Amino acid sequence: MPEFVDILNAIVLFSNFVLVPAISYGAQLALGALGITLVYGILRFSNFAHGDMMAFGTMSVILITWGFQSMGISFGPLPTALLALPFGILCAIGLSLMFDKTVYKFYRVKKSAPVIFVIVSTGVMFMTNAIVRFIIGPSDQRFMDGTKFIFRPREFKEFTGLSEGLALKSTQALTLTVAIIAVAALFYFLQKTRTGKAMRAFSDNEDLALLSGINPDRVVFITWIIVAALATTAGTLYGLDKSFKPFTYFMLLLPMFAAAIVGGIGSPIGAVVGGFVIAFSEVIVTYAYKKFFIYLMPESLEPSGLMQFLSTDYKFAVSFIILVMVLLIRPTGIFKGQSI
Amino acid sequence: MNALFSQKNRAPLAFSVMALLLIAVGMGQSWPFALAIINLCLISAIMSLGVNIQWGYAGLLNLGVMGFTALGGVAAVLISEAPVLEAWSVGGQGMVVSFILVVITIVLAILVHRNMASGWARKSALSVLFVGAYFTINHFYEPSVLAIENVNPATMGFLGGLGLPIIFSWIVGGVMAAGVAWVIGKITLGLRSDYLAIATLGISEIIIAVLKNEDWIARGVKNVSGLDRRPVPYELDLQTSPWFMDMIESMFSGRLALLSDVERVAALKQLIIQGSSVFVKLCYTGLFTVVLIAILMLSIKALNSPWGRMMRAIRDNEEAANAMGKNVVRQHLQVFVLGSAVVGIAGAMLVTIDGMFIPTAYQPLRFTFLIWLMVVIGGSGNNLGAVFGGFFIWFMWIEAEPLSMAFMDLVTMGMDQASDLRNHLVKSAPQLRLFIMGLTLLLTMRFMPKGIIPEETRLHSV
Repeated sequence: MPEFVDILNAIVLFSNFVLVPAISYGAQLALGALGITLVYGILRFSNFAHGDMMAFGTMSVILITWGFQSMGISFGPLPTALLALPFGILCAIGLSLMFDKTVYKFYRVKKSAPVIFVIVSTGVMFMTNAIVRFIIGPSDQRFMDGTKFIFRPREFKEFTGLSEGLALKSTQALTLTVAIIAVAALFYFLQKTRTGKAMRAFSDNEDLALLSGINPDRVVFITWIIVAALATTAGTLYGLDKSFKPFTYFMLLLPMFAAAIVGGIGSPIGAVVGGFVIAFSEVIVTYAYKKFFIYLMPESLEPSGLMQFLSTDYKFAVSFIILVMVLLIRPTGIFKGQSI
Repeated sequence: MNALFSQKNRAPLAFSVMALLLIAVGMGQSWPFALAIINLCLISAIMSLGVNIQWGYAGLLNLGVMGFTALGGVAAVLISEAPVLEAWSVGGQGMVVSFILVVITIVLAILVHRNMASGWARKSALSVLFVGAYFTINHFYEPSVLAIENVNPATMGFLGGLGLPIIFSWIVGGVMAAGVAWVIGKITLGLRSDYLAIATLGISEIIIAVLKNEDWIARGVKNVSGLDRRPVPYELDLQTSPWFMDMIESMFSGRLALLSDVERVAALKQLIIQGSSVFVKLCYTGLFTVVLIAILMLSIKALNSPWGRMMRAIRDNEEAANAMGKNVVRQHLQVFVLGSAVVGIAGAMLVTIDGMFIPTAYQPLRFTFLIWLMVVIGGSGNNLGAVFGGFFIWFMWIEAEPLSMAFMDLVTMGMDQASDLRNHLVKSAPQLRLFIMGLTLLLTMRFMPKGIIPEETRLHSV
């Protein structure tokens, strides 16, 4: 039997490399997937430009953050980007309303097939991508300031006396806090307010909603505002936690879609759950468990290999394997989304 | 005016404009550059034909083009590289055993799936099978991969290929892409359009991830360069072969006669070097044109046949076609496999002309979405339209960069040379080409939704 300390060490190790990173990544994915699911539920198409809209919002936040920093404005221990976030959201709202007016509205009025919307959204994706790369460039940007860690591995070790350290980055705590606030606000809005109810009615049955006097233009308008706000928040949190690079954000589209579909596309609660499902499976499957088992197993049974199911390079692949499996076994997702 | 732009005149008109553009590049920039563009235009046109078979004929939204292109590229490596015997001797056995075990697992899984009633029993049986297979296969697979990758890792570290002329890979690339497309199609073709798009997009990313990380296939991110056994002569060989030197000399005899002896030797040498590069490119142009025309003829024939009519019927009204006794899913699978094979052929051709295989170069914007632009803008459902789209969009993709640079120079003309804004604008100018591409797509979708050369409207009079 392993000693008690070893079990504790194993738990700490697991939390440090799997639990904490997966929770913060999951929260970021959930916010992104919520945007995709809302567009799907209300505007009824898969928005391939979502990742790039995230990049655009985040880029605005970064530029405004730099402006604030040069003016000497800071947010104490918290990153300045949080102060810039509302302004970045405004920029993203402006962009998405502009694209809705100039591009999507035409096809909505014509009642085009969803496929046409998908193709058009790739056009929007190209343009947004170009705008972002043109303004901020294609390379990596870091814009995190303020306190880096809530506690460092060394402090944790000294405090607990364990041989394994646990780090909690402030961005991870921040991600979770902001995500909880955003999701709570969204659910309150959807469940309790008149506009939110109108949106849900519109999503459930468009004709019926129109008959009962819901103004479709207003629903679409509000949807884009919420989607842009969610996308910018998700992008900013991801950028604070890791770094900002236009290409990475484009690639985030894939796990976000996976999250939305796994949860059940069109279902907001599904998007949140899906985000965590995807994030946890990505991290769990690609983590090397060797050290973890060394703590738990008697010496004679110690593993020889890395005990890793898949190498970390397959992270993206994991979300897609899950996606394909869900599509095959339960196409409506965990929470019955719209069956399509 | 309207008569000039009528349906019938669109194709000749579009292709003449394209030819003029290419000639303009040849005269204005340089002929080798124009030929390089033409060669890639030809490859793009083949890819676009492949996507058109899927989207234009049958309405399948396949966003996995990149994956099939890369599969064609791997075929080029696996055909032309010499086998690494040492790697085979240390790891070959384990690889073969793992492969056989994979096949056994799949057969068992199919047997279980067929013979057990659906429910928890079947699910757990399958799970046990897969988990068991995973650990058993890994037992053989991992050590052999390690052994293979340790064989001279700086230059080899993979199993190598067959050592055949690379031109065979054009066929093998098509077959490989078709095989993988069959598997993917089996899994995903029941899905509705945008799910299919997302699933194929993801699967193509998985294919690229495998190629990047499984070094034993094609060295992964270490790349395979210097692929030889190509179907056209080498520049260096040409420069030393007498018949080529004579040919160049006689071609330019008039110009050379005006020069003095010393100058003439130097000028001739220069001409031979330039000429060899043009000659090689022309050889490729010839080969690619043959392939393009063959595929185009087959496509046109297929589209006009009863098979093509059935495909259009399925695309336009699935339920009606189903009610008429057409097996929609099977036909979709067929067309998915065919289109992917064409894309695979083009992928192998691309690696042939590049002479190297770089997995990281496969990016969805360039290899999936750009091809889509070609089909949609060229005219989906019309083979000539797809070919034109391939030419036109590739041309724009290349020429948009110098054009946007020139545009930025114009915009920033009045600015101070040292100003940060000017430097930033000039530096970012190449990014504008994505913007131009997106804008072209949106404008086409809005004002010319059927593309530049639209599909013929067929009225079968009763």
